[in-house]
Amino acid sequence: MNTFLGYAIPGIPFGCTYAIVAIGLVLTYQTTGVFNFGFGAQAFASAFVYTVLVGRGIGTGISFVIAVLVLAPMLGVALDRLLFRHIASSNTVAKIVSSVGVLVAIPELLSLIFGNQTRFAPPQLFLNQASVYFHLGSTPINGLELETVIMSVAIVGIVIAILHSRGIGLEMRAAVESRRMLELHGVPANRVVGFAWVLSSTMAGLAGVLLAPQYPTLQANDFAILLVAAIAAAAVGSLRSVPLALAGGILLGVIGGLGAGYFPPSSIWHTGLLPGIPFLLLAVLLVAAPRLRNLETSNDPLASSDPPPPPPITVTRAPELDRLIKGGGRVLAVVAVVSVLTWVPANWVFVLTTGLVFSVVFLSITLITGMGGQLSLCQASFAGVGAFTAGQLALHFGMPVLLGIVVGTVVAGIIGAVAALPALRLRGLPLALLTLAFALLADNVAFPASWIGGPLTGLNVPRPQVGSLSFATESTRAFFVLALVVLILCALVVRFVQRGTIGSYLAAMRGSPAGAAAIGVNLNSTKVLVFSLSACLAGLGGGLYASLQQTVTPADFNYEFSLVFVVVVVTTGVRTIEGAIQAGLGFVVVQQLLSYLPGRFGAGGLAIVLFAFGALTYASHPEGVVEYQKRQWTQRAERILLRRAPRGTPPAMSIAGGAVPTIHHSLQPSARDRVESG
Amino acid sequence: MPTSGMQREERLLARLAAVNRLRSRAEARRTRSGWERTETGDARGPALEVSGVSASYGPYRALFDVSFTIRQGEAVALIGPNGAGKSTVARAVTGLIPVTDGSVRVGGQEITGLPTWQIARAGVVHVPEGRAIFAGLSVEENLRIALRRRSGRSRTDEALLEAYSTFPMLAERRHQSAGTLSGGQQRLLSLAPALMVPSTVLITDELSLGLAPAWLDVVYERLAEVHRRGTAVLIIEQQIDRALAIADSAVVLQRGSVCYVGTPSGAASVAEELITTPGAGWAAPGPGT
Repeated sequence: MNTFLGYAIPGIPFGCTYAIVAIGLVLTYQTTGVFNFGFGAQAFASAFVYTVLVGRGIGTGISFVIAVLVLAPMLGVALDRLLFRHIASSNTVAKIVSSVGVLVAIPELLSLIFGNQTRFAPPQLFLNQASVYFHLGSTPINGLELETVIMSVAIVGIVIAILHSRGIGLEMRAAVESRRMLELHGVPANRVVGFAWVLSSTMAGLAGVLLAPQYPTLQANDFAILLVAAIAAAAVGSLRSVPLALAGGILLGVIGGLGAGYFPPSSIWHTGLLPGIPFLLLAVLLVAAPRLRNLETSNDPLASSDPPPPPPITVTRAPELDRLIKGGGRVLAVVAVVSVLTWVPANWVFVLTTGLVFSVVFLSITLITGMGGQLSLCQASFAGVGAFTAGQLALHFGMPVLLGIVVGTVVAGIIGAVAALPALRLRGLPLALLTLAFALLADNVAFPASWIGGPLTGLNVPRPQVGSLSFATESTRAFFVLALVVLILCALVVRFVQRGTIGSYLAAMRGSPAGAAAIGVNLNSTKVLVFSLSACLAGLGGGLYASLQQTVTPADFNYEFSLVFVVVVVTTGVRTIEGAIQAGLGFVVVQQLLSYLPGRFGAGGLAIVLFAFGALTYASHPEGVVEYQKRQWTQRAERILLRRAPRGTPPAMSIAGGAVPTIHHSLQPSARDRVESG
Repeated sequence: MPTSGMQREERLLARLAAVNRLRSRAEARRTRSGWERTETGDARGPALEVSGVSASYGPYRALFDVSFTIRQGEAVALIGPNGAGKSTVARAVTGLIPVTDGSVRVGGQEITGLPTWQIARAGVVHVPEGRAIFAGLSVEENLRIALRRRSGRSRTDEALLEAYSTFPMLAERRHQSAGTLSGGQQRLLSLAPALMVPSTVLITDELSLGLAPAWLDVVYERLAEVHRRGTAVLIIEQQIDRALAIADSAVVLQRGSVCYVGTPSGAASVAEELITTPGAGWAAPGPGT
């Protein structure tokens, strides 16, 4: 019994760290309606500034005030004003992508500003970290542990008091449901939500400064992992209950403590299962707990005052211009391919080939998010499955790598179909969280195993050999052609799906799953099919990537890439095939161009910041930056070249309040195409 | 088919008869209800002036140069076929959708372009159509939010008790989450606070739609009460008999434009004309159903 307590009790303070972040997530979700992945980054920002200030010899008290009471609220105001205010009435995908953008951007931005040297954790805030205050049973409790527990209990009390207050707490909860309704009752909803962001951001700052001393060095990744583990704790309380979130956090901490104590070190349980427990718990809760399934049920009763979304510009632009653009695009593509095959320097050929391979992976996001309207945060893991399958088959069975890539594609597809089974009843945020749990389980449990992810030095994947043509000895240009052919085939498949029955099923499901089921769409088989096909594309891209790079490690496919991929594709344009290709090429080309910059700006972080800021623009242009720019330029070109009024301003049109807008006859072609092209 | 012409004529006749029935019913009700007609040429100032208002949903224009005035303490019915823009007028007044042209004044004060919450505080109460409630909050929380600014913070509890005594059903379910109420109960919940405290202008959008008949009389009684206490009322209704019965004057909208402003009986004959004009867009199976 004493051993048991000896293992369990140290888990409690550690669980409290999960709980503090989990309660912050619950508070943010309840008062702003945004499930804020950026919370981890906000916490990191305050912890970072606190560490920097303390490191420069400023007292902990003043540093605390600056980092938590000045910087964090300002960050909250900025996030509200610049980002989340504009997407209040958007769909879940917009909110998740924007908050993931925050998660990705802030740490990179900080390291751009302050440099990315190792920073050692700051000292404790109030109590002395080293000294033991008392013994619980025979377990010593030090200052760090005591402070964490006291703080989390205090935070629980404060947050419950705020959430249940009759004034601002009630108004914040109401604002989540409908800002417009709240305004009709004479309450300035934007101010209420602004206050909610200040509150939640301050909470993030507090959490960051409290948690920073727990780690030997300050790293953004620790905070991201902590965030995801905290999601599991918050899920125990269905993202609603603060006391249950605390209980969930402590539960995770205690399980971790017990596992670390009882599992033999270096056993598969210790190295494989233990780090994955929070994600396993999250996945189980999402699948099993009915309250988590219908998180997104409340709709704004006044949503019908929003204007309908505009149709894609490719549908409405003038036919003359359409021909011009399509013709020009083809010429440009031919010129580009010929250039790559003749005079482009080798390192750029490699970059562009990588871009084509990424495009294949990104097409999987077009399929699932653009057409299916669902967010999957584990596409990089599927790419990893494809890559490791091809590599292991080549290593152990000497299988030709092209065949290995095909097998990898199939394996990824099968895993995608199996992964879709527990996801069948989920959509929106719970589905995104479940896929994130999958990605983290893959990172922590599956990929570290040497029979999957290969040895620590990396898994060697050969270049293909077709007949006498060896892609290994040949220049990268040969591989470029191979990647181009594969990409064109994949684009054709996606286009085929988009224009076919499945595409219209998906469009129907995106609008209303119940409505689609009522007209005879089999939701389950469609969902499994799309997940599986999307995993196939990701796996194929992953296999090609591995063969191009020739060495891959699990770190090439960890969950952060899944997040970055989604942000990049959604920012560029998730609804079209061109969007995925532009995203793939843009992603690598921007990185390569920035690598010419001196010092810390060339390190790659800037590219991620740029794309993450792109995700922030997503707020104002939900169709993607490229699509938005296309619309702007098309309208400009139509005005200048064709001397005609831009489209999209049909004459008299009546819209019944609350009902579906009547489709004006002149818009019917575009409406039809919207269904077709998703 | 040979019979189709006959059937069409029959349907038309039936509708005309329905309109006539409505009119006589409306007359009858007007005499016995508590609604007092405002004399035309009354010296009372305007409560709500809508002048030359246009509005659109994104690129889709929904209102064209809409103008009408409601005097203080007057009741005006806004009627028109489905999709005529009736709800859009209400949304434009309260700033839920932007007014692209024209102006809106409340009690002589310019409110065009103000945020919705300021318009609400200027004395405009808008009860949107449907179940306009916070489904995740409890019944009491819904009422509290709605009453807090309207009756003043210190008098919220008083107004709450009054709402409970008027609609005991709400008191019984005060701790229940509003989303779990039936459709009719949710509608009552969204109406109740607007009927407790008088305001400058009260806009009710499809007041009776979805409301249980048992509560209809209570709701109209309360509406008459706030009206008597000086609230100008804009009644947006599909059920035009009831609306015309209690209105001092009426506005008929069609395809986003005002096509009639005047007496309720005049509006009824315009409505009748719209029915008999093919393609006018009055939704089958006719008004008053």
